[in-house]
Amino acid sequence: MSKTVSFITENFDKYDPSSIESYLSIGGFTAVKKALSMSSAEIIEIAKKSSVKGRGGAAYDTGRKWAQAAAVPGNDKVVICNADEGEPCTFKDRNILSKDPFRLLEGMIIAGYTVGAKNGYIYLREEYRHLRPLIKNAIQQSLEKNFLGENILGSGFTFHIHLYSGAGAYVCGEGSTLIESIEGRSGRPRIKPPFIKERGLFQLPTLVNNVETLAIATAVIQNGVEEYLKYGTPECPGTKIISLAGNVKCPGAYEIPFGLTLREIIYDIGGGTPDGHELKLFQLGGASGKIGSPALIDTPYTYEDLRKVNLGIGSGGILVVDDRTRVIDFIKSIQDFFIHESCGKCTPCREGNRQIAKIVDRFVQGTPKPDDLETAVRFANIMKNCAFCGLGETAQSALLSAIDHFPEEFGKTNVGGNTEVAAK
Amino acid sequence: MKNTKSNDFGVLTAELASKIDKIIESYDNNSTKLVGILLDIQDIVPKQYIPREVSSYVSVKMNIPLSRIYDVISFYAALSDVPRADYVIQLCDSVVCKVTGNTILRDAVTELLGIKAGEATKDGKYWLEYTPCFGACDISPAMRINGKVYGHLNTFESVKAVLDQYK
Repeated sequence: MSKTVSFITENFDKYDPSSIESYLSIGGFTAVKKALSMSSAEIIEIAKKSSVKGRGGAAYDTGRKWAQAAAVPGNDKVVICNADEGEPCTFKDRNILSKDPFRLLEGMIIAGYTVGAKNGYIYLREEYRHLRPLIKNAIQQSLEKNFLGENILGSGFTFHIHLYSGAGAYVCGEGSTLIESIEGRSGRPRIKPPFIKERGLFQLPTLVNNVETLAIATAVIQNGVEEYLKYGTPECPGTKIISLAGNVKCPGAYEIPFGLTLREIIYDIGGGTPDGHELKLFQLGGASGKIGSPALIDTPYTYEDLRKVNLGIGSGGILVVDDRTRVIDFIKSIQDFFIHESCGKCTPCREGNRQIAKIVDRFVQGTPKPDDLETAVRFANIMKNCAFCGLGETAQSALLSAIDHFPEEFGKTNVGGNTEVAAK
Repeated sequence: MKNTKSNDFGVLTAELASKIDKIIESYDNNSTKLVGILLDIQDIVPKQYIPREVSSYVSVKMNIPLSRIYDVISFYAALSDVPRADYVIQLCDSVVCKVTGNTILRDAVTELLGIKAGEATKDGKYWLEYTPCFGACDISPAMRINGKVYGHLNTFESVKAVLDQYK
């Protein structure tokens, strides 16, 4: 447990999240006060220096995103907090929302001030509806204390936050789809361009950030970027909240410095697999993430090191699976998920998932046709290259990486070469 | 696509209509808040669904085409246009709950209530559905009953103890 740290999560269980007085007593809203005394450019500089990458899964550089949002012309912009944490095996945002909602609001206010937005929207997934009253209360109390609303603390900056609810659609985690949902429609992605940073919610320039990203912004402004940079590795500084679950003894959301190895995460923090079972595989970043084999267990958990072995951090989910689950059954479960969650707008995703599901089912039953594997790989790559949005592009990450790491499970004895090459 | 066969005229009483009015008002009659409005309405309709006549009522009241209301209801998993039950039981069917062994949970619920996914008990008390991850992986295997999360359901007894709270 000593391998965990507390920077983003430093306020967890330190105050009563339903009381702004309690939050103020531990130094709450210091970050907003500091930010309001700085210029937008100064804050962007800090964000860039922190090298924080978007924590929803896309890992886009936050400083760059804020700089672009600030540069878009317009005096009515929007900040959206994406709290539609839908990736299976991801529940870190839930912890921030339930244990430190004020830190999130601070992050939104700072983001709004930096990019020049007047309104902020929190898009909260339906599954976290029980947190609505807590967040509503935090917004209300912040308004009463003028940390939100007109002319915040006499700075001349006006910002309001609105709370919207999702209704159980994974695809709404995608930026433009989320916007469709906030506008009161079914959730189907929009074509780009126009990019949402130029024309997003209600056709206004829109910045979308994940819950954790915004919480880090607060922590970095409050404690100073140098404090944040003390954690992690020189190449990949900072901390990350991971959601560790599956076949581990101690599942949970933990804040770790970048650079711990997967072994340290799974065994030292997670306590390892239960009842003496062998580790079979792990999946990083939710259902859309790639899977890895035990051979990669000593890889450090950084963007760069994971990329070298064709893995990614994604949402920060780490799903551990032991030898009780067959690889193909695991893949079937992922496939069922994407069949359910594909919005049906584009053909590669809608039909691709359906056809691949049929093939996966045959593998599960042990009756694959001779060209099934080749077909599945071809379809998966078509989805990856041609799907309309990120859902379809990443839906087959698990399958493709499973074929790479466990070719024997797909009746493939010749290991040589990865599936991407094979498809071309 | 879920079916839209349910008409069930007679659900929309004057009392329900006035409650719906209040919900719409609390969202400032704002059509962009349709998803939240429908979720709140669904909570107060007996059997937790949105009957056709309620959709029509909202359509007229908010001046939104009925087709758009059905676009929303049929798209989102959390909205239902078929009657469910007093207690909506959602079993997490995601990969995390699968690898931690949710078959015991599934079998226990089926045995105790005698229903499969997409079915209600005859007395209209319990409805069972499978649902993707609701973010309770740290206490997996998990289920939700009327939105409340229960975890660590890895024995028949633990499942029974939860269901016993919903008599």
